[in-house]
Amino acid sequence: MSDGVAPLLAVKGVTLQYQTRDHLVTATYRVSFDIYRSDRYVILGPSGCGKSTLLKAVGGFIRPVEGEIRLNDTVITKPGPDRVLVFQEFDQLLPWKTVKQNVAFALTASGKMGGREAEQRALHYINMVGLSKFADNHPHTLSGGMKQRVAIARGMAMEPEILLMDEPFAALDALTRAKMQEELLQLWEDTKFTVLFVTHSITEAVRVGNRILLLSAHPGQVKGEINSNGTDDIGPDGKPLSERIEHLLFEQNIGERSASHG
Amino acid sequence: MADAQSVLHSRPEVIYQVSTAGIGVVQRPLSLGQRLANQGALRKSLVLAILALIWEGYARWLGNDLLFPTFSATVVAFWHAIASGELPAATWFSMTILFQGYAAGLLLAGLLTAFASATRIGADLLEVLTAMFNPLPSIALLPLAMIWFGLGTGGIVFVLIHAVLWSVALNTHSGFRGVSPTWRMVGQNYGLSNIGYVIRILIPGAFPSILTGLKIGWAFAWRTLIAAELVFGANSGGGGLGWFIFQSKNSLEIPSVFAGLLTVILLGLFVENVIFLTAEKMTIRRWGMQH
Repeated sequence: MSDGVAPLLAVKGVTLQYQTRDHLVTATYRVSFDIYRSDRYVILGPSGCGKSTLLKAVGGFIRPVEGEIRLNDTVITKPGPDRVLVFQEFDQLLPWKTVKQNVAFALTASGKMGGREAEQRALHYINMVGLSKFADNHPHTLSGGMKQRVAIARGMAMEPEILLMDEPFAALDALTRAKMQEELLQLWEDTKFTVLFVTHSITEAVRVGNRILLLSAHPGQVKGEINSNGTDDIGPDGKPLSERIEHLLFEQNIGERSASHG
Repeated sequence: MADAQSVLHSRPEVIYQVSTAGIGVVQRPLSLGQRLANQGALRKSLVLAILALIWEGYARWLGNDLLFPTFSATVVAFWHAIASGELPAATWFSMTILFQGYAAGLLLAGLLTAFASATRIGADLLEVLTAMFNPLPSIALLPLAMIWFGLGTGGIVFVLIHAVLWSVALNTHSGFRGVSPTWRMVGQNYGLSNIGYVIRILIPGAFPSILTGLKIGWAFAWRTLIAAELVFGANSGGGGLGWFIFQSKNSLEIPSVFAGLLTVILLGLFVENVIFLTAEKMTIRRWGMQH
């Protein structure tokens, strides 16, 4: 499928380290993968495998100590509006701005467009996530799921090369989370944007992704890349995909399995 | 299996029909009394009225107009001082000096905080200076200020700057530090320039602390000014509120002393409950950053 087509995002042998107060921690070790246009690419791994750090490196917030990350064949060195991050935290919306202003702010701050045009596009994307009625509300009056919808609308309004989502539904309750996954897939059907999605939930990875990168626990190393069609099909080995992934992720350390599942 | 069955008590399933018919009130508007009780201004006015009543009662019981005039006598003196134009002139005089000192203090605090946010040595400087000077009462600097800047308004403005600068700079700086890392990343993500980042992310994000700093700075400045005027009296061009109080005491017009104090109190109440409260309602309360 990818023969002859250049990847949109190429991660090559990336090692990431960060410093805590008294340790130098290696988050990921020589991770490589390619993302093609319109991929719903999921990075899946247990807590502490460096998947969020990896996403922040793609965002340009952290420099790799080894290897490089290229977007459209240009090395990523700093944050930029061509890669928009959607965070897990509800406080990613600016509380001093209304829903509409939050989305429009992204467009004007990046110099993408002027005030009126930005407002038009903001309203369009707010409508897409079904929050037109709340356009003039301040974020603290919204529920968690609605805040994440606004954050997604803000990210999509930028029409970035790639949307980076850092466990965006992890802080939501199970019902809302399932609904948000459906909505994300629906949005993808409508616009076919490229998304890099980080999660520690196997079910979510299988549901949302078309390709899943499996990372081992600390430090993160690539364990494999799996295709998914979203329905958790029974594979040739007679097991559903999610069970196969669980086996791949945890086969060496069955003892740690329950702990990693939290 | 058999084990589980013997442990668990078996019950039939039950399903109810739910209806709101018999509940009575699901949602209804509050009564007039309840809504009035929810008005902060009304409750505070009531507190003020009770305090005035206690004042009047105690002063009448004491019956010594020279030591403690009644509330009504104070109001009369207040009224006369306003009608004669003496009190408004004094207030205006105090206010102009206060605003000069406050504005200059804010400007310097802004510069110092900018320096502290931009560089590490700036942050060290701010922290050391604040630790040194914040506990130092501004009024203690007045004798020096009089020598350096003369007996004019210059000396008073100098001590006012000292009163405002440290609390505002300290609060703004700690507010900037407390701005959520997520907001910082959002700002960087959308490619905000340095100045845009400060104006669009840091200042609104730190606004609760900044407002606290402004309030504390205001209170410090106000006290310092009245004290300075009391101690050093009139300087060029007339006298302020402190001077009015001092003069009235010298001529033993005690109700006028109380009228001067009342003016200081009323202005304080006005700034706190009208100006700062409005600012809070329009910003941090509307944004859900304060409840």
